[in-house]
Amino acid sequence: MTTTTQQTATGTPRQTPGLLPLPSAAAGLTTAAGAVLTFASTFLAWTWTAEFPGDLTVTGYPGGLQLLTLTGALLTLLFTLAGRGLRGLGWLTPGGKNSPVLLLALGTFAVTWYTIIAIAVELGGLANLEPGGWVALVTSLITLIGALGLPGDIPADTDNASPWTRFVQSLKAPTPEKAAPLPSWAEILIIAISFGLGLFVFTYGIDTEYAELFIGFLLLVGFGATAIARAGLNHRLSALTATHKNVTVTAAFVAAFAFPFTQSNDAYATIGANILIFATVALGLNVVVGLAGLLDLGYVAFLGVGAYTAALLSGSPSSTIGITLPFWAAVLAGAAASLIFGVVIGAPTLRLHGDYLAIVTLGFGEIFRIGMQNMDGSSGPDITNGPNGIPNIPDLELFGFNLGEPHTVLGVELGRFSNYYLLMLLFTIIVVTVFRRSDQSRIGRAWVAIREDETAARAMGINAFRLKLLAFALGATLAGMAGTVQAHVTFTVTPAQYKFVEAVPPNSAFLLAAVILGGMGTVSGPLIGAALLYLIPAKLQFMSDYQLLLFGIALILLMRFRPEGLIADRRKQLEFHETGQLDTPKGDIGLSKAGA
Amino acid sequence: MNTMTNNTATTTPVLHAAGVTMRFGGLTAVRNVELTVNSGEIVGLIGPNGAGKTTFFNCLTGLYIPTEGTVSYKGAVLPHKSHLVTQAGIARTFQNIRLFANMTVLENVLVGRHTRTKEGLWSALLRSPGFKKAERESEERAMELLEFTGLAAKRDHLARNLPYGEQRKLEIARALASEPGLLLLDEPTAGMNPQETRTTQDLVFAIRDQGIAVLVIEHDMRFIFNLCDRVAVLVQGEKLVEGTSEVVQGDERVVAAYLGTPYEGAPGADEVAEVEDAEAHSTPGTSGSSGTEGENQ
Ligand SMILES: Nc1ncnc2c1ncn2[C@@H]1O[C@H](COP(=O)(O)OP(=O)(O)OP(=O)(O)O)[C@@H](O)[C@H]1O
Ligand SMILES: [Mg+2]
Repeated sequence: MTTTTQQTATGTPRQTPGLLPLPSAAAGLTTAAGAVLTFASTFLAWTWTAEFPGDLTVTGYPGGLQLLTLTGALLTLLFTLAGRGLRGLGWLTPGGKNSPVLLLALGTFAVTWYTIIAIAVELGGLANLEPGGWVALVTSLITLIGALGLPGDIPADTDNASPWTRFVQSLKAPTPEKAAPLPSWAEILIIAISFGLGLFVFTYGIDTEYAELFIGFLLLVGFGATAIARAGLNHRLSALTATHKNVTVTAAFVAAFAFPFTQSNDAYATIGANILIFATVALGLNVVVGLAGLLDLGYVAFLGVGAYTAALLSGSPSSTIGITLPFWAAVLAGAAASLIFGVVIGAPTLRLHGDYLAIVTLGFGEIFRIGMQNMDGSSGPDITNGPNGIPNIPDLELFGFNLGEPHTVLGVELGRFSNYYLLMLLFTIIVVTVFRRSDQSRIGRAWVAIREDETAARAMGINAFRLKLLAFALGATLAGMAGTVQAHVTFTVTPAQYKFVEAVPPNSAFLLAAVILGGMGTVSGPLIGAALLYLIPAKLQFMSDYQLLLFGIALILLMRFRPEGLIADRRKQLEFHETGQLDTPKGDIGLSKAGA
Repeated sequence: MNTMTNNTATTTPVLHAAGVTMRFGGLTAVRNVELTVNSGEIVGLIGPNGAGKTTFFNCLTGLYIPTEGTVSYKGAVLPHKSHLVTQAGIARTFQNIRLFANMTVLENVLVGRHTRTKEGLWSALLRSPGFKKAERESEERAMELLEFTGLAAKRDHLARNLPYGEQRKLEIARALASEPGLLLLDEPTAGMNPQETRTTQDLVFAIRDQGIAVLVIEHDMRFIFNLCDRVAVLVQGEKLVEGTSEVVQGDERVVAAYLGTPYEGAPGADEVAEVEDAEAHSTPGTSGSSGTEGENQ
């Protein structure tokens, strides 16, 4: 990538100081020194007893949460040096120079202080700290103080900004300029390494063994990912992935495919398989919500239709039908049943707009669940065994492989859930392909047009009702397909799995949240959103009582600060943030009152 | 009433609105309006604010179902479905710009191509050779239209980020993408500066020269009288006068309608000019106020 010649040479020398008005050089030095010392402190013992998980008692060998602090400190140091123009590191900071440092310092500080506080709370008092713990507290604070003294990357508009505006300003960063092209093998290598890193971080998160480590992980990843975005690396990477689309998609799936091979414990593969089901269904919902703009609050019912169909046709001894179909036929049947259900629900409701549609789909979702509950032979026909559902769904046998049994592939033993993970991955690939291809077509454009302005879309010759029904039906089909695998993964299909909201995803509310949290209209958004929404409750069992409350708070905060979701659709990003746009024509204020 | 000139006798009618009436509850916004647009013609539709011009457009394009009357395009009566009207060959722009704000300029025009392409979901999913060819052709055609309207350099900008004047032009490009035989423009120069107004005027002439008939609503009288072969005046939902620019400018009832008070004596030429001037000057204000009528397309 190019060496960075921005900012320093050109334009005004005016800089807005950070929160703490330190001289720039002193601030840089303090940050770097603090980072080095923090790094060193992780080699000391932080507490005297191994009772705190992760064993932070060993001198000379960082463990557990100390490793997170170590990583944070190291990254802080690297980005400080890169931002100060150290040769060979310039590629790290094509965008912001100081804001990534500040974010990383904040992340390191948060992880370190969280760890120490957790030790003190869990073991009962600060007396449980070894001197190393105190050192870590102080050094990470010094790093943060230094970073808070760094000037902002973008000068503020006013000269006498208040400390808070200066702080907010120093979190902002300019977008990087276009990178000079590299040889394409190098670009592909960068993409591959990025996905490798992504897989590593993701696996690390899934494999965290105790809640404290997972919280530390979330803190570091949250700040770290923002820092990397501020540094402009995301922008650079997305430019690369845009030129090598197929390589990117392949790399993503190779990384996803490699996941079970990194798992020694099938328990974590369970999480992987469940995340994949959740994510795939969320992506299907993204066709309906993200592209066509139809708020569907009963989407999980389509998953249920697929799952019930597969369960009834699976040869389960509890199935009331008594027909056993091979898996591929059951998948088609599940998808078809869901499609029909989708059209039957969609045809009368899609003439409604906005809120009405949301309410009606919510109702239909519940009707499905209650219907399944009542078809138990006493309140209705005996089809679904009522609340007991259909248990004992046999494991699949595909190409001579029984997916229920462990198999050794490439020297790695893949357990039951790894097998289902890989099967589900196949369906994820199908759904991703369907999403991308339909998005970039005449049909996809018509959906987005309807989402943007239905009247104008109709005036452009789009049969809005038909296209909405198409989106609804396609979404239903994809969910139904995923449901057929889900039935086998969970052994049992019961009505209670398909509620509007409950603590365990997937359910309609969480599916919608995954789409919105991740980013509407994108492919990676719902996948990441689903992973987070599944992992957080799974890892933080201790707060399961407050889970929905925290979930609600998190959603409100997200909508306040990043309404476009974690992964911004090119279109959405520009919609919500007026300034700093890549796309804004220079000098134009965009008088638009469009969409009126 | 009918002072229609006969210089269009050789051409065929493209649009014929017969006795169109639109009532909203007790309010009759459009009353028994008769209007014909012939091929190769630019017809103007003027009238004071609230005269029912936009409502009449909505009746023509199937957004409203007229209480009475029929609209026919090239001899066939149009259904009351907006997408079928476009399919038949009538395209329109909106008084309050209604672009797909978060789509790019090119995508907006591609959406306009919807009725002239057929690729369905299957061909999109399977990416058949036909699909790729159709996409390429659509893009080429869209780019031609962007060149035509002078927006080619902005193809990848979001529509919402375009300046006002260019948004209006993009609406025209998007409408043209549906390959219409008749283009309806609702105040195409509202909010434009005089220079932009002039380029829009040239654009409308160029559209007419491509064989597309144009029906245009505008408050800028100079624009209308420069442009139009024929002008119809709508006052309180009723068609008051129809004829060439000279006829309409000289009609005392039009002056009266615009000034709000009926004059007994014959209005002199300078009074007409005064009215014209007043209208021309009030254009920005007019469009500003009408722009806030949210629901009114
Ligand atoms: N959907 C509607 N419901 C009720 N009344 C309406 C509706 N649409 C328009 N009207 C009324 O019909 C009348 C004509 O409105 P219209 O917008 O057609 O006028 P116009 O000639 O386009 O005016 P302008 O020059 O301000 O655009 C107005 O009194 C308006 O309030
Ligand atoms: Mg109007």
